[in-house]
Amino acid sequence: MADKVLMKGNEAIAEAAIIAGCRHYFGYPITPQTEIAAYMAKRLPKIGGVFLQAESEVAAINMVYGVASTGTRVMTSSSSPGISLKSEGLSYLAGADLPSLVVNVQRGGPGLGGIQPSQADYFQATKGGGHGDFHMIVLAPSSVQEMAELTVHGFELADKYRMTSMILADGTMGQMMEPVALDALKVGEPVEKPWATTGTKLERVHNIVNSLSLVPEELEELNFARYERYKVIEENEVMYETYRMEDAEICIAAFGIASRVSRNAVDAAREMGIKVGMIRPITLWPFPKKAFKDSLATCKAYISVELSMGQMIEDVMLATEGKAPVTLCNRVGGMIPSPEQVLESIKETAARIGGNN
Amino acid sequence: MVVFDKPHALNDIPFHYCPGCTHGIIHRLVAEVMDELGIEGKAVGIAPVGCSVMAYNYFNCDMIEAAHGRAPAIATGVKRALPDSIVFTYQGDGDLASIGMAETVHAAARNENITVIFVNNAIYGMTGGQMAPTSLPGQVTQTSPYGRDVKQCGFPIRVCEMLATLDGPEYLERVTVNNVKQIRNAKKAIKKAFQNQVEGKGFSLIEVLSTCPTNWGMTPQAALKWIDDKMIPYYPLGVYKDRTAAAAAVEKEEN
Repeated sequence: MADKVLMKGNEAIAEAAIIAGCRHYFGYPITPQTEIAAYMAKRLPKIGGVFLQAESEVAAINMVYGVASTGTRVMTSSSSPGISLKSEGLSYLAGADLPSLVVNVQRGGPGLGGIQPSQADYFQATKGGGHGDFHMIVLAPSSVQEMAELTVHGFELADKYRMTSMILADGTMGQMMEPVALDALKVGEPVEKPWATTGTKLERVHNIVNSLSLVPEELEELNFARYERYKVIEENEVMYETYRMEDAEICIAAFGIASRVSRNAVDAAREMGIKVGMIRPITLWPFPKKAFKDSLATCKAYISVELSMGQMIEDVMLATEGKAPVTLCNRVGGMIPSPEQVLESIKETAARIGGNN
Repeated sequence: MVVFDKPHALNDIPFHYCPGCTHGIIHRLVAEVMDELGIEGKAVGIAPVGCSVMAYNYFNCDMIEAAHGRAPAIATGVKRALPDSIVFTYQGDGDLASIGMAETVHAAARNENITVIFVNNAIYGMTGGQMAPTSLPGQVTQTSPYGRDVKQCGFPIRVCEMLATLDGPEYLERVTVNNVKQIRNAKKAIKKAFQNQVEGKGFSLIEVLSTCPTNWGMTPQAALKWIDDKMIPYYPLGVYKDRTAAAAAVEKEEN
C-alpha cells in the first residue's frame, strides 16, 4: 500500500508538479493559492529548478510562454482576479499551440471580490478564458488526492495536445488537508517537441513560435485544425464520476467542493427513499455531455449545485437537451451550500416530479 | 570574390519596411553580430508587436512572436529554461516603453542575462502614426494632431536614463543609425550587448534612435536630419551604464 502524507491541496498540486517533471514555476502572490508559490520557492532551487516571483500575473504567464516555447514543462498558479490578468497570455498560448499548466484556486468575485471559495470562474475557464476561439482542458478536483493526480494528468494532456490544461479548484480544495498517496502518481513518457525554439544549432530551418497569421484563409485553417484536435479530446479525454445513479430519477450535477457537499445530501435523501444520484464532472471541458444525456433514461429532473449564480447549469441544460427540468442550488460570494440546503432542494424536486418516492 | 553579402543570420525574405525606415539597417547589424560571435545556432529572438512584428520571418535563428510589450518576460522564461542559449528581444518604443514598461523595468532590475534591442522612432508606426511614450513635446501625430501637449498628456520617457537608476542592468547605451559613423558605432554597442550575454554579465539594452519617414511625413533624407536636429537633443547619445567598465575604473583608482 502506498504511503500517505497529510497535505494541503495547494501543496499537493506543487509536489505533484515536481513529480511530473516540472522544474519551472512563475507566479505572483494572491490568496488563497499562495502556498503553491511558497512550496515551489522552497523546493525548486534545491532540485535544480527555477522559481521566479514575477512582477505581475501578466509577466508570469508570459514567462510561462517563454519556457513552454522551449518545450519544457512549466506552470503558473493564481486565483480568480489573477487569472483575469493571465487571460491575454492564455489566448496567446492557445494561438501558438503551446503546452502549459495553469492552476486557478477560485475565490469569490467579480472584481476584487473576497478570498473565500467560489466556482464563479466556470464560464471563464470552460468557454475560452481569453479572446478568440479556443479551449483549455479544464480539470476539477474534489479531493486533495485528485489535486495531485489531475496535476500530473494535466501536464500530460497539455503536452499531448499542445494546449493549456487548467486545474479549476476553489479555496476549499486549496486550503483543506487530506491524506495523499504521492507514490500512486504515474508519470508517462515525455512527448517529442520538434517545434520547440531551442536554437537551430545551424542544423535545421528555424522554428517560429507564433500566433500571428495575417492571411485570413490561413488563419481559418489554423482554427479548423485546432478544433479538429479539440474534437479528438472530446471523444477521448472526458472524465466524470457517477454516484448512486443506477436507478436515479433525480440527478445532481456538481464538481469540486459542491460535489463533496452533495454526496452527503444524496445519501441523506436515499435514506428517505428518494431515488437521487450524482454526476460529478472531472473534466469541465470537455464536458461529460454523453453521461448526462444517457442519464435521461431514468432521470426526470436535474439539480446543478454550484458556488456561482449558475454557470455549469447551462452545460447541463445543453447536455440534457431540454428534456428534463434543471434547477439551481447555489451559494455565492465565498459561501458554500450546506448538505441540508442541497437535501431541501432534492426534496422539493422529488415533490414536484411526484412518482413513487 | 565576394565583397558584400547578406549575413548568414538573415534569410532571403524581403523586408516589409517602408522606404527610408532604419529597421532594415538595425536588423542587419544584429545579424552581423550574430555571425561574428558565432551564436546564431543557439540564439532565440523575440519579436514584438509593432512594425518589427514580423522580424521572426527575417532572422535565421529560432524566433518567438510575443504579445504586445511582453517580450522581456518571454525572454526571461526562455533564458531560465535554456541558460546556454543567447536570447534577445527586438522591440519598438510603444512595445517597450508603454505597454511593456513593467516587463522592461523588472527584467532590467533582475539583471536577466538577455540582450534588448530597443528601436525608438518616437511614434507608433504599424498602426499609422500615433503618439508614443517617446514622442517629443509638440510632435504632431495622429493622436496628438495639435502637437504633443505635455500639460495634457505628459512628457516623453528617457528609457536609458531611467533604467540607469537601477542597480540591476549591466549595460545601457543609446546610439543611432542616421549616418555611416553612427551605424559603425551602433554595431559596436550591439556587439558588446551580445558579448556581455555570452560572458554571463547580464541585462544589456541598446536604444537605437530610428526613423519613420512615413509617419513623420518626411522624405527619408529629412528624417535622417530630424534625428540630429530634434531627437538627439532630447535623447542624448552615449553610454548610460557600463557596470564592468565602472568597476574596472574603481579598481584602477584604488590601485
